[in-house]
Amino acid sequence: MGSFLRRLKDHFNPREPISPGLYLSLSFAGLALVMMVWSLLTYGGFISPLFLPSPGNVLNAGWEQFLKFGFTNDILMSTYRVMAGFLIAAILGVPLGLLMGTFKAVEAFVEPLIGFIRYMPASAFIPLFILWLGIGDVEKIAIIFVGSFFQLVLMVAVVATGVPKEMIETAYTLGAKRIQVIRKVLLPASLPGILDTLRIIVGWAWTYIIVAELVAAESGIGYMIINAQRMLQTGSIIFGILVIGVLGIITDYAFKWLHRWLFPWVET
Amino acid sequence: MGEMPKLQIEKVFKVFSQRGREILAIENISLQIKNKEFTTILGPSGCGKSTLLRIVAGLTKPTQGVVRLDGKVVSGPGQDRGMVFQSYTLFPWLTVKENIQFGLELSGMEKSKQEEIVQEFIEKVGLKGFEGAYPKELSGGMKQRVAIARALANNPDILLLDEPFGALDAQTRSLMQELLTQVWEDLHKTILFVTHDVEEAIFLSDRVFVMTARPGKIKAEIEIPLERPRNYEMKSSEAFINLKKQALALIREEAIKATQNKVN
Repeated sequence: MGSFLRRLKDHFNPREPISPGLYLSLSFAGLALVMMVWSLLTYGGFISPLFLPSPGNVLNAGWEQFLKFGFTNDILMSTYRVMAGFLIAAILGVPLGLLMGTFKAVEAFVEPLIGFIRYMPASAFIPLFILWLGIGDVEKIAIIFVGSFFQLVLMVAVVATGVPKEMIETAYTLGAKRIQVIRKVLLPASLPGILDTLRIIVGWAWTYIIVAELVAAESGIGYMIINAQRMLQTGSIIFGILVIGVLGIITDYAFKWLHRWLFPWVET
Repeated sequence: MGEMPKLQIEKVFKVFSQRGREILAIENISLQIKNKEFTTILGPSGCGKSTLLRIVAGLTKPTQGVVRLDGKVVSGPGQDRGMVFQSYTLFPWLTVKENIQFGLELSGMEKSKQEEIVQEFIEKVGLKGFEGAYPKELSGGMKQRVAIARALANNPDILLLDEPFGALDAQTRSLMQELLTQVWEDLHKTILFVTHDVEEAIFLSDRVFVMTARPGKIKAEIEIPLERPRNYEMKSSEAFINLKKQALALIREEAIKATQNKVN
């Protein structure tokens, strides 16, 4: 027992690495533990399926959603809305953020406004946007936009501010003009940070779309979830939530892979 | 009168404001640097030597006074004054070759001519075979070799170096000093070098200006009559050691003053 404790202690050195094998096993163990508790509670009959259906039930409900209720279409609709809102926010927000991080004058002009708006929760705009834009795609995309744009501008500005001053000064001493410093130093130096920012923002965009679709929609993952709730199909609700998680992880990995592919030069 | 000095620093003052307080960093510095001369400014940390170099580079404006290069007043940074910093200045998204090419490309020079110059300087600093490497793949010493090659490839009228070997370990530092003397003996660029390292200053220079603790003034000027080409063995010669004693005594006084400044 004493030696076991000692060995256990060996794995809890602050910030020290552990073996890759142990790392992988622990990752699986974490997932397995949750699945085990879930299975025990449901298959063991400790919790009513109305509140928490079993893993098998959830999979069945999901299967049904796909086969009978056109869940594929819901996923596509949500993805389309997320990407549309996110892309518009990125196309407008990245240049504005770069300008803000580069020119103090732009920062002074924009920062107070954006700093204020970003504290307004995107979901609070839903009633207003329904009033202005109806309950179609445009309203959903507008919610995503509001939820992403202001955060994105500020985060990109921080990235641009982080470019080392000496790098810019070196460019000047090599004969660069102002516009060349922006195009050939500030921009390329900021790109990896910008991609990281986009990765984080798109994750948030996925959370906003569900809120937007819960309130008033005729399609989408959020719409499926709220419908399932009306019919007490708890399994479908949980399946819907899990699908969002999976989509989020896929997007995250796609961005990470893109980062490694586009920026092999980044120091890790 | 003789020939016109390459670089003239005339009655330069620099005052910084910090939290409402005015701090005199440089007090009335005047000095002249001859064409093709290797000059070093030696001073304790915080004496304003880097600030003086930045004023020459045009990156910092003097509060008073002017800097002239070939008689023309310096008003901002430009490619006629190449600069090498202590850290962080290679463009990490460019390869070794592209980094060295950066200034040439800006100048709009013909591509084939660019390639030729880049190749020449890659060889001069001993980086053959590393053309396609990214900065992250290089050691500290190699990074600074690229930075020096990049500044020199641009063919500046004067090369400014701000403690370029300050972050390197002692052995690498010594090798880099030899490399820099070789490059200088080969190209005879006018160089203004800043350091707090007495041995480095003597080994590299024709002339050393010793600065006082803040506010920075010129305390002394030391001619370094050591023969060239120089090599590391000279560091243990009697002449070298005598120069070192002389400079050490001067800089020690100032270093002591500098620590007392900080206490106050």
